[in-house]
Formats: sequence, C-alpha cells, structure tokens
Amino acid sequence: MKVFRAVRIAAYAGIAILAIALWPGTKEESKPVAVRPAIGGPISLTAHTGLPFSSETLKGQPYVVFFGFTQCPEVCPTTLYELSRDLKALDPQSKDMRVLFVTVDPERDTPDSLANYLSSFDARIIGLTGTLDQIAATAEKFSVFFEKVPTSDGYTMNHTALSFLMDRDGKFFGTLDYEEGDKVKLEKLTRLLREG
Amino acid sequence: MRLFCLLAAFALALGPTVAAAGEIRVGSLVISQPWLRMPPSGASTASGYLTITNLGTVADRLVAVGSDIAPVAQIHGMAVENGVAKMWQLSEGLEIPAGTTVTLEPRSLHIMFMHLNRPIELGAPVAVGLKFENAGKVEIEMPVVPMGAPAPTSGSANPDGASP
Repeated sequence: MKVFRAVRIAAYAGIAILAIALWPGTKEESKPVAVRPAIGGPISLTAHTGLPFSSETLKGQPYVVFFGFTQCPEVCPTTLYELSRDLKALDPQSKDMRVLFVTVDPERDTPDSLANYLSSFDARIIGLTGTLDQIAATAEKFSVFFEKVPTSDGYTMNHTALSFLMDRDGKFFGTLDYEEGDKVKLEKLTRLLREG
Repeated sequence: MRLFCLLAAFALALGPTVAAAGEIRVGSLVISQPWLRMPPSGASTASGYLTITNLGTVADRLVAVGSDIAPVAQIHGMAVENGVAKMWQLSEGLEIPAGTTVTLEPRSLHIMFMHLNRPIELGAPVAVGLKFENAGKVEIEMPVVPMGAPAPTSGSANPDGASP
C-alpha cells in the first residue's frame, strides 16, 4: 500500500510541475519574433576549377547553397538535376544566378571529381570543396548536419537535404525542401529572383 | 469444344502473368519493374530499383546482389527525416514477407552499386544477379532510365508529379 501512495504522490508532483510549466505566465517569453533566422554567411572554399572561391563575388545576385557529395545515390543528383532544370526554366532572369554545391565529403570529393560530376548539370552550378575543418565551419553557418555512416565497404554520408536560398545581399531568404513538389520549388526560386 | 473452352480459360488465367513483360519468376517470387537511374558523369555510384512480390506462404529474404558494373552492390534504406537525408545498409538483407510486395523505389529502398567500373549508358540495360535465401539466385536486366525521368511505372512514387 505504501508503494501505491508513493506512486500517487509522485504522480501528483508530476502534474504540479507540468501545470507550472504550462502556466500562461511563462508562455509570454515565446512570442513569435519577425526576424529572419541568422542562417548562412560568407563561403570561402575551393571551386571545382581548382581556384579559390568566395561568395562575396556573388553580391548583387541571389544564389542557392546545397550540401551533398558525389557518391550520393539519390538526393544529390536529383536536387542538382532539378536545380539545373529550374535554372533553364527561369532563363534569362536566372542568367547570373549561381548554385553552390558544397561537398560534405571533402576526403573523396576533389576539385577534379567535382568538375567531372558537375559536367552532367547546368554550368551555373559551382562545386566547392576544402579541408574537413573548412567544410565543417561552412556547414555550421547554415546549421547543416552531416556525418559518416559506415557500410561493409567504406562509408556513405547522412546530410541535410535542404537547398538554402540566399538573397542578393547574401542573407537567408528561405529553403527548398527535397520533399516539396516541383511546382513549389520553381515558385520559390521565381520569388527569390524577383524579391531576393 | 469442352476441351477448347478449358484451354481458353487456362490461357486467360495465365494471361496477366504472360502479358506483364519483364516479370521474372523465381521460386514463389515475382520480380518486376527493374530500373536503374542514369548516374551523373564520373559518379562512382548508381542506384537500382525493382519490385518483389512473394506469392508463397513463407517469408524470403534478398541476401545479396551483384553486377559486373560494380564490385560492390548493397541493399540500402533511405529516408529524409527533419530535412536530413539518411542512408543505411541493410546488412541482414531485405525481408520479403509471405504474400506481400516490397518495392525498391526512390525515397525508400535501393540497390546501391558502388565503385562503378564502367560508364553506364542509356539504352544498355545492366545485368544484375539477385540471391534469395529460399528462392535462390536469379539474373535480371535493369533498363537505364534518364536522370530526372520518372520510374518506368505508373506507381505511387510521385503523386505530385515531381521527378524522383
């Protein structure tokens, strides 16, 4: 019986704590604030041409940033394919828009392998690689997650599959979600070109 | 006449199996709609898809895959969770429960061909060997589908018309 009482007291205590936590008074701190999240920042890495690249050179033009790797079987080729198609669909407004494809697998993705891979896609896509530290620092700016996943024959990568839309000042404008339909993505890119 | 009717009925019953081109029977399994997506230039991986139906009363398991396009072929799961694309190897193989159909398709399961040792070409189907625990081995051909083209089926992969 004592045990039951102890359980009951614990349950009451739990309810009391929950009630305090949910009390309207404490909710006021979480009012929505109309500020764009501080996602993104300058990117300085090595391009697939082997030359240094800085996103500062893109000022005045909106751009898209996507993190992936060339040994990615589905998400990366599909995303790059869709972005290539959309860039063409939005010609000529998208003439100067760039897509930055930042590898999360710099050990295997050299400038040369990126260049070969990107020859299958629109020339406005720039492949970027660097040291693991440089990649990690870049990913952190975008809150991008990546990790190695061991397989019986090496490894593959888990990684954030969002494309980040950056406005002409290099500020965060929005994202494209891998799971969104083609139409939604094209509309978002159209808006980026018009308003971003 | 009676015999003819019987034969006609028999042919009719067989009809669907015969008509569905590309279907392959092995043991109590039916393998259909195999395809491989054309990888980008210089890519060292490619992914292949297919549908397996187990008409039997006992579960089977796809335990190994092989092909001459790559020294390594693995069965992988894939999902996008909270914006993160995740992939994992099904090292125990893929179970095909009795009386069910398992579809390997974009956004879920695929056969991952790693370290491609020759370029894949459109119009040149890829021979792929499958090994099942009970049904044994079977060889199939995967037609190569252009990047961005939908799966060569009218399946449920893309209700919104998005390219897989």
